Amino acid sequence: MQPRTLYDKLWDDHVVHVEPDGTTLLYIDRHLVHEVTSPQAFEGLRINGRKLWRVASVLATPDHNVPTSDRAAGIADPVSRTQVETLDANCRDFGLTEFAMDDRRQGIVHVIGPEQGFTQPGVTLVCGDSHTSTHGAFAALAFGIGTSEVEHVMATQCLWQKKSKAMLVRVDGELPPGVTAKDIVLAVIGRIGTAGGTGHAIEFGGSAIRALSMEGRMTLCNMAIEAGARAGLVAVDERTIEYMRGRPGAPAGENWERAVAYWRTLTSDEGAAFDAIVELDATAIRPQVTWGTSPEMVTGIDGRVPDPAEAPNPVKQADWTRALQYMGLKAHTPITEIAVDKVFIGSCTNSRIEDLRAAAEVARWGLRNGRKVAAGVRQALVVPGSGLVKAEAEAEGLDQVFIEAGFEWRDPGCSMCLAMNADRLEPGERCASTSNRNFEGRQGQGGRTHLVSPAMAAAAAMFGHFVDVREVMR
Amino acid sequence: MQPFTRLDGLVAPLDRANVDTDAIIPKQFLKSIKRTGFGPNAFDEWRYLDHGEPGMDNSKRPLNPDFVLNQSRYQGASVLLARENFGCGSSREHAPWALEDYGFRAIIAPSFADIFYNNCFKNGLLPIVLPAEVVEQLFRETDAAEGYRLLIDLEAQTVATPDGDVFAFEVDAERKHRLLHGLDDIGITLRFTDQIKAYEARRKQEAPWLFA
Repeated sequence: MQPRTLYDKLWDDHVVHVEPDGTTLLYIDRHLVHEVTSPQAFEGLRINGRKLWRVASVLATPDHNVPTSDRAAGIADPVSRTQVETLDANCRDFGLTEFAMDDRRQGIVHVIGPEQGFTQPGVTLVCGDSHTSTHGAFAALAFGIGTSEVEHVMATQCLWQKKSKAMLVRVDGELPPGVTAKDIVLAVIGRIGTAGGTGHAIEFGGSAIRALSMEGRMTLCNMAIEAGARAGLVAVDERTIEYMRGRPGAPAGENWERAVAYWRTLTSDEGAAFDAIVELDATAIRPQVTWGTSPEMVTGIDGRVPDPAEAPNPVKQADWTRALQYMGLKAHTPITEIAVDKVFIGSCTNSRIEDLRAAAEVARWGLRNGRKVAAGVRQALVVPGSGLVKAEAEAEGLDQVFIEAGFEWRDPGCSMCLAMNADRLEPGERCASTSNRNFEGRQGQGGRTHLVSPAMAAAAAMFGHFVDVREVMR
Repeated sequence: MQPFTRLDGLVAPLDRANVDTDAIIPKQFLKSIKRTGFGPNAFDEWRYLDHGEPGMDNSKRPLNPDFVLNQSRYQGASVLLARENFGCGSSREHAPWALEDYGFRAIIAPSFADIFYNNCFKNGLLPIVLPAEVVEQLFRETDAAEGYRLLIDLEAQTVATPDGDVFAFEVDAERKHRLLHGLDDIGITLRFTDQIKAYEARRKQEAPWLFA
């Protein structure tokens, strides 16, 4: 048999039917559902008198609209409240498992899926959310879909797909201290651009990836979509299997052994052909900070805001000029001189326990050295990815560290990543954010987002401007 | 879904790369539980001078005179001319819903983000990829001639300019077929019910834990 990529294997194992032009009916094992992209799908099922094909394949939770404080008071915004109540009602009517807002397991879909063992190696997993690529960290074929496809999966357990090309992003070498998975993926996007992975599934490989925790791999795959790739992938290894062990949804009994044997096959074969290969040297990656309105507008902490006059082409030149205007930045400004008004630590990219530990370590350093959240920083939010992450962090005392250092410790949800709830930037406010998109208006109309790792965000909070966390922690 | 066959449409240019779905339809409008009515809020933050929220009377809001789609010459446009990586970002299908509700039936760009591209076909909206230099030419011609129109023929897979230039474009045979006839995907898929059940039966043997 010809050597196959991991993507080939996942694809091959889910083919139901192939049309003459290659359009494939692909079986979907797992479906995560949240309140924003599902109501019209349920409505479609109702109008056509259709049922769900396989109720057990769905796990639902509200995350985008939920408040992150004073949750007992309910949702103040009536439009948000209606959307969350609509999800509750739909899950009840169709018999779906839902972790509702008051459930301690509630959280961001992309955090709770892995946490529950709902996400597993070798599955196809979809969600009406582009950051579904996150789950590829488990060697699952996972990608975001629109609402029509949400309805389609509910009704048929399948999707019509054309096979993507396969790209290998190989990152070798040891990451320097203070440099994280977030910095790797931002560096990758800086290299290949936000459309660099379009039409591809990206497999991340190399020694630097193997050395990452599952949390780090999730951060990496989460932002594959920001490189244009619907799916990110990391091959199975012992770390993957160890993460799965004992999770509520993990295979049990003799199924465990069978599953593990299958999971171990989920790697790209020696000599498998990729359509594109990108290589990065991990030892050269510095903490990354975005300066513009697209994740590809990124540089190292020791860099400067670029000059549009030096852009590679006229389209980019116009793009950069507009971005600097929106961001209120001047060309050649050192990144370390950019002051921030707010700090957001959270989102499906960086709200897992390891992310909170990394941020808390910086906060602890601050407390030891007489520093708290800087006076110029109006708000520094820490929003755990799920109720269980929150509980774990509290058991470790991280909440106390954050609170003592001047951060606000919140309840789980998407929060200020996209500001569908009350957490947002006001026009002109500048934010160091651990989220995934620095688009215009993403965190609130007129808001200015700089994407960074959790440690870098915490350091920016303590100093009031971006600093090199490697030097701070030295 | 409304079928797409031929379109003779007025062209509006949006000369920006990486137009993301947050820009096409900002997050506050995603709170709707309906599929319709997003058109008045398409490009909301660029289009209006005030901050838009659901439930506002959009006809009374101040328009941004600098935003291209607000120019009188582009009113009634049904073809959107765009730059590379159009529709990147969030998977929100509200983006094609908003564009379609606004009145667009086709979008021409050098490249599209994958999820957005796919979502268009579910909503009777045709995304057309043309080479960057052709798109550049179309931007020039749109700018030069008020009332500039393009003739798009999905069956023939061509875009024709008023001067008689004809550009061919690629589209998957299956997507083309479904769009030409306005076919509902779920209806088609349910014809494969036996195959889906056969797959499940086989998979239950190979990987029983997935069905536990």
